[in-house]
Amino acid sequence: MDYFLELVCSGLVRGSIYALIALGYTMVYGIIQLINFAHGEIYMIGAFVALIVSGVLTIYGFSGVSILVLAALIAAIYAAAYGYTLEKIAYRPLRTAPRLSPLISAIGASLFLQNYVLLAQTPDYLPFPELIPEFAFMDPIAQRTGLGSAELVILVTSAVTMIGLTVLIKYTRIGKAMRATQQDMTMARLVGVNVDRVISMTFVIGSVLAAIGGVLVGSSIGQINFYIGFMAGVKAFTAAVLGGIGNIPGAALGGLVLGLAESLAAGYVSSAYEDVFAFGVLVIILILRPEGLLGKAVKQKV
Amino acid sequence: MRTLKVLATAALVAALAVPAFAADTIKIGVAGPHTGDLAPYGIPTKEAALMVAEQVNAAGGILGKKVEVLPMDDQCKPEIATNAATKLVSEGVSMVIGHVCSGATKAAMGIYKEAGVIAISPSATNPPLTQSGDYPNFFRTIASDDMQGKLAADFVTGKLGAKKIAIIHDKGDYGKGFADFAKKFIEEGGKAKVVMYEGITPGAMDYSAVIQKVRREGADAVIFGGYHPEASKLVSQLKKKHVKAAFLGPDGIKGDGFLEIAGKKAEGVYATGPMDVTKYADNQKARAAYQKKYGKEPGTFFDQGYAAMEAALNAIKVAGGTDYAKVEKALRSSYVETAVGKIKFDNKGDAVGVGFSVYQVQNGKFVEQ
Repeated sequence: MDYFLELVCSGLVRGSIYALIALGYTMVYGIIQLINFAHGEIYMIGAFVALIVSGVLTIYGFSGVSILVLAALIAAIYAAAYGYTLEKIAYRPLRTAPRLSPLISAIGASLFLQNYVLLAQTPDYLPFPELIPEFAFMDPIAQRTGLGSAELVILVTSAVTMIGLTVLIKYTRIGKAMRATQQDMTMARLVGVNVDRVISMTFVIGSVLAAIGGVLVGSSIGQINFYIGFMAGVKAFTAAVLGGIGNIPGAALGGLVLGLAESLAAGYVSSAYEDVFAFGVLVIILILRPEGLLGKAVKQKV
Repeated sequence: MRTLKVLATAALVAALAVPAFAADTIKIGVAGPHTGDLAPYGIPTKEAALMVAEQVNAAGGILGKKVEVLPMDDQCKPEIATNAATKLVSEGVSMVIGHVCSGATKAAMGIYKEAGVIAISPSATNPPLTQSGDYPNFFRTIASDDMQGKLAADFVTGKLGAKKIAIIHDKGDYGKGFADFAKKFIEEGGKAKVVMYEGITPGAMDYSAVIQKVRREGADAVIFGGYHPEASKLVSQLKKKHVKAAFLGPDGIKGDGFLEIAGKKAEGVYATGPMDVTKYADNQKARAAYQKKYGKEPGTFFDQGYAAMEAALNAIKVAGGTDYAKVEKALRSSYVETAVGKIKFDNKGDAVGVGFSVYQVQNGKFVEQ
């Protein structure tokens, strides 16, 4: 039973990271029906910025938590700038083009960012400092369950972020504008919503979440390289589809389901089959509910 | 019109034929990962080959010809390796130093065999490469994985006295090969039990489920087959989750890459790796020259790459040319002083006179046990 709980915990930790990144996919898709394949790279860039910032801050004698907070903050700002620019350069000119064009542009942007970081930084794996401190009160828990402070911080941060996002979308002006744009872009524009600004904001918010994910994962597993965005992106995209792409609680749920499926499969079958189970769950759910767990079936207007 | 066509064809044929005739240099291909995440394993060999060529050329070349090194990147990927091999063959290389990863080497060897090109790998340790007899044109300056697996098994069950051993690998040719041999020799030895044998996905977000399994099985040693990024991820998660099993990896983790990423968590980790060769005069000379040129310590497989190049050039010299049969005979019959000691190659292509030892990370350095 203990073993089961441990697996569930590590599945939740992994799932909440997937969820955090999946939110970016789902928000963008919800509003402009675009799968932003470069989102995983934003996550990677977030991690890289945090690595550089924490290196610089360490030289200047900052310590522990202050580095974590500052690094995450600057990473978020950088990632937001990248997300904003990405939308402006790669997607906005193609907004009225056929659906396939921005999709290909997204794949191109993803490869571009990957190789850009490869050349600008290094192809090697880089050590990422442990920014999340070891809490003394988590130590006995870690001894028994393997759930350490890093994992706790990941769970709490992603929960808080997701609640914050829900509040933002439900109760603020920009959230209202986002929902309006999602419903009908033309009508929203007619009633005075600045659609371009809303779309930019969506990219910015999604990128911030991805960057936070990157910082958390980096400091919990202790290494990054230019390629980490790819797998994280694929998994998060899967999570978004699993939960019903375009649906925000769906992305969170999808992430958790995916994380749990992987963890339990690794624990009870073999970690060699982790991905087989993860994508198997996706296939089964899409067969039973093509719109995803919480998605709504959309009737195509003909 | 017809004349024009004939002329054009002739010109084309001539253009293609030119490189083949212009063999006033001895071309040696150097294939391996020169970019990508495994580049730290390939670049030292490239640098070594270039250094040897430079020295030989400075001394007048061999048989009156200059040595020309053609580096070719394969990123350790089999599909790129076949392209690299084809390219090298079409450029008319006489021999190839490489490839570096076993998977990539396997993919490329068929192409070299067909073209009659001999390849000397500094690091492809996969046993069937020599033992299957499929590749008579394959040689290596490193011992094979079965020797490494046996050493790992003996060390963990003997010196460490482990009773329950977890074996994890990265599902690749190299990592799984090593893990399989370790498993085989542990089971044959009968002194300990393999309680877990599992593959992990390189690049996965974390390995916590695997670590929990190691803990549940109560393993007192973990043998890992694979490369340093995954190894350091595993080591750091084992430490974090308070699993106190000893950790041993193959030569794929015995390098500065691992020490750098794993940092303090690397302390106490065991790795098998090529025998300490710094006692050989050739090696000291090579390392000193490298230090002088680049201002840093040479990386993983530098010695083996250096030795491969030395052996290749020596064989060409002994054979009096680049004729396939003569060079092959020279490699198998005449001893040569290299950076990994005095070696020649046996009938299968394994170097006689090289071997492995076990190292442990102590104070941020690999120390021979």
